[in-house]
Amino acid sequence: MIEQRYRTDILVVGAGPAGVAAAFRAAESGARVLVVDDNPQCGGQIWRADSKKALDKDATKWLDRIRDSSVKFLGGLKVFDRPEPGVMRAEGFDQVVACRFEKLILATGARERFLPFPGWTLPNVTGSGGLQALVKAGLPIEGKRIVVAGSGPLLLAVAGYLKERGAKIQIIAEQTRRFDLVKLGLRLLKCPKKLQQAFDLKMKLQGIPYLTNCWPVSASGRNAVESVTLQQGPKEWAVSCDYLACGFHLLPNTELAELLGCRIEKGSVWVDEFQETSVQGLYCVGESCGVGGLELALVEGEVAGWAATNLKEKARERFSERRKWRGFAAGLNRAFELRRELKKLPTPETFICRCEDVPFSRLQSEHSWRSAKLQTRCGMGPCQGRVCGPATEFLFGWKTESVRPPVFPVRLGSFVPSSAGDAPAES
Amino acid sequence: MLGHSKMTTAGFDVAIVGAGVVGAACALECARAGLRVIVLDRDPIGGGTTGAGMGHLVVMDDSEAQFALTRFSCSLWNERGVELPPEVEYQKCGTIWVAADEVEMAEVHRKQDFYSSRGVAVEVLDYRQLAEAEPNLREGLVGGLLVRDDSVLYPPCATRFLIEKAQQQGAVLRLNSTVASLGSHGPVLSDGSVVSAGITVNAAGISSPQLVAGIEVQPRKGHLLITDRYPGFLNHQVVELGYLKRAHSVTSDSVAFNVQPRKNGQILIGSSRQYGNREKGIDALLLRQMIRQATEYMPELKNLSTIRAWTGFRPATRDNLPFIGPHPNNENICLATGHEGLGITTSLATAELLVDQLLKRPSKIPYEPYLPGRSGERRADA
Repeated sequence: MIEQRYRTDILVVGAGPAGVAAAFRAAESGARVLVVDDNPQCGGQIWRADSKKALDKDATKWLDRIRDSSVKFLGGLKVFDRPEPGVMRAEGFDQVVACRFEKLILATGARERFLPFPGWTLPNVTGSGGLQALVKAGLPIEGKRIVVAGSGPLLLAVAGYLKERGAKIQIIAEQTRRFDLVKLGLRLLKCPKKLQQAFDLKMKLQGIPYLTNCWPVSASGRNAVESVTLQQGPKEWAVSCDYLACGFHLLPNTELAELLGCRIEKGSVWVDEFQETSVQGLYCVGESCGVGGLELALVEGEVAGWAATNLKEKARERFSERRKWRGFAAGLNRAFELRRELKKLPTPETFICRCEDVPFSRLQSEHSWRSAKLQTRCGMGPCQGRVCGPATEFLFGWKTESVRPPVFPVRLGSFVPSSAGDAPAES
Repeated sequence: MLGHSKMTTAGFDVAIVGAGVVGAACALECARAGLRVIVLDRDPIGGGTTGAGMGHLVVMDDSEAQFALTRFSCSLWNERGVELPPEVEYQKCGTIWVAADEVEMAEVHRKQDFYSSRGVAVEVLDYRQLAEAEPNLREGLVGGLLVRDDSVLYPPCATRFLIEKAQQQGAVLRLNSTVASLGSHGPVLSDGSVVSAGITVNAAGISSPQLVAGIEVQPRKGHLLITDRYPGFLNHQVVELGYLKRAHSVTSDSVAFNVQPRKNGQILIGSSRQYGNREKGIDALLLRQMIRQATEYMPELKNLSTIRAWTGFRPATRDNLPFIGPHPNNENICLATGHEGLGITTSLATAELLVDQLLKRPSKIPYEPYLPGRSGERRADA
């Protein structure tokens, strides 16, 4: 295992749109900027490279910008620890990286929220974004019957993508109420760009039923999912399928920020007007400080990139635009709030923690996340509670606990610098 | 689980403060003796030192008194092993004390004499037998001592098992109850109410000195790591003999190679000892030392995926023996605290010795060495 050491003015963790925008703006002042991401390439989840489909104009513009800038990008690295202030450690396939920095910008994005229902752990039941990522990585999907379910705008985007790639989308089941979506639609009228996106998607999804007030109550199949039972009002019916792509909107990835001591508010990293967290010199941008979509992520990234390099006036110029997208984001998140009925989905046998095989029945007698962890080992497996933590928060109202290193599972040896004494040259 | 609001209970014979493994064992022993007992804790069952530790049931030979207590307690666990439910993950995997050089091998033989002359089944392993027993240990080690009857378990579930058995025999459990102090009529809760009890047992571990004056218990911080599942990688609890040299230093931080197999194939990796550090956070430097020490003995560990690191605090006394018995200045208060890293091992014996004293029953081993009123001098060898 090789250990690489770096020294930089600005370290950006996460190379999605927010991280890319932050890195690009920070580099404008001549600061040394290093971006690390666990994907091999820049772009994050939303701009993930796809061999069969060109990226859109926005993505190309920003990815070209970053490529032509002085920003250094290191892919395939998971940041897992801060062994001392001003240093982060990251693990890659065959290397460990230790990076010393002056300022840090976190752009760790969001993940899908999974809610447990009978059959949710069957093979071929995936997240909605999860299935999209699998297809981008080469999973053949042509002719496959897919039910897309859960909540959030991602369902539509994923359905549109999968349809383009030749999948047969059986149905899109959105749990939220029609009324809330209409309200959101009215907001769209104020955002021509979003309206255009929505219109394009609608055209793409023509002929596919999009049901609101509708959610999966169970999935079944012998070796993999074969059928999904959906519920809408009093009606319950089964739809046969090869895949169930199911995610319930997005959750900010706050673990790294928590490890660094940042204040978390309502599940997101708290930031001031310059995107600085409660820890001085540490900024947070994009979905990790509140799910808000691409445009908000970009503008937050720009604000932080400039603010971190003392170009605060430039940063200020973006405040009004950011306000607009934050307003939109707030409407979006309200529109896709989870309905209470979803708490009734698990049966006593339904696994809530799939790493440690903890069924719903074993958790019902516990009173807190801590006692559940201690007594049932819920959340103690390799996902470190990323899936079952939010699920139990929704189901039982439990609050998860402090984050400890490693933020992701890593090889034991990655904690330890390769040479105890002399440090190798820093690049 | 009970949910009384304000305390208006007519009274208990015994109130136990602390629902860790020691408090749980005491509750069960009291209930079995027919005493009316209540257990109080602000946290979940086993949420303190109990939940942070490894769960190694081990016979120790630091001193005759420590040997007597650990051996007696291990025999109690072995008797109960059959009735422990599967989630307790009780496994009689044995301990291997590893000797890295000839000096440590001499210690192996000294230990062998000590244990076998006192009837504990041990077996000296040469370097070949050691490699056979634990193929992932590095080459070049000299040998080891296998203590067959040592075992491991998962402490939080073991603790709940003891509490639930106590509840079946009439004990009352009240969680989310913060005890502010110990009065002469029973524990005083943070809301000012008193749980009236004839005897109060302070089993609050590292918090025990805050409840009543005159107890010298210091938190001794430790770090642990746990890996993903690697069934077959490790077969015994494996501890370096150098551990004995370092673990009881009360002046400096120390690390030692100490690994434990869980039933599901996960491996717990320890250990560290620090005095005077009350921060809950990971000490990155010490964690690294601990990992270096572990991979020094078992190089392949460094390629195993690590899921979590955490810290805990052991309630340590000056002479490395727990306090079991009446408080020297208050006959209504008993102590069951100060078990350092041996609380899981010695909990059952602690409970028996405590109830023997309460009921003036004859005890199976002498309880005098653990009396809180002992001189408490730090022994030279400790």
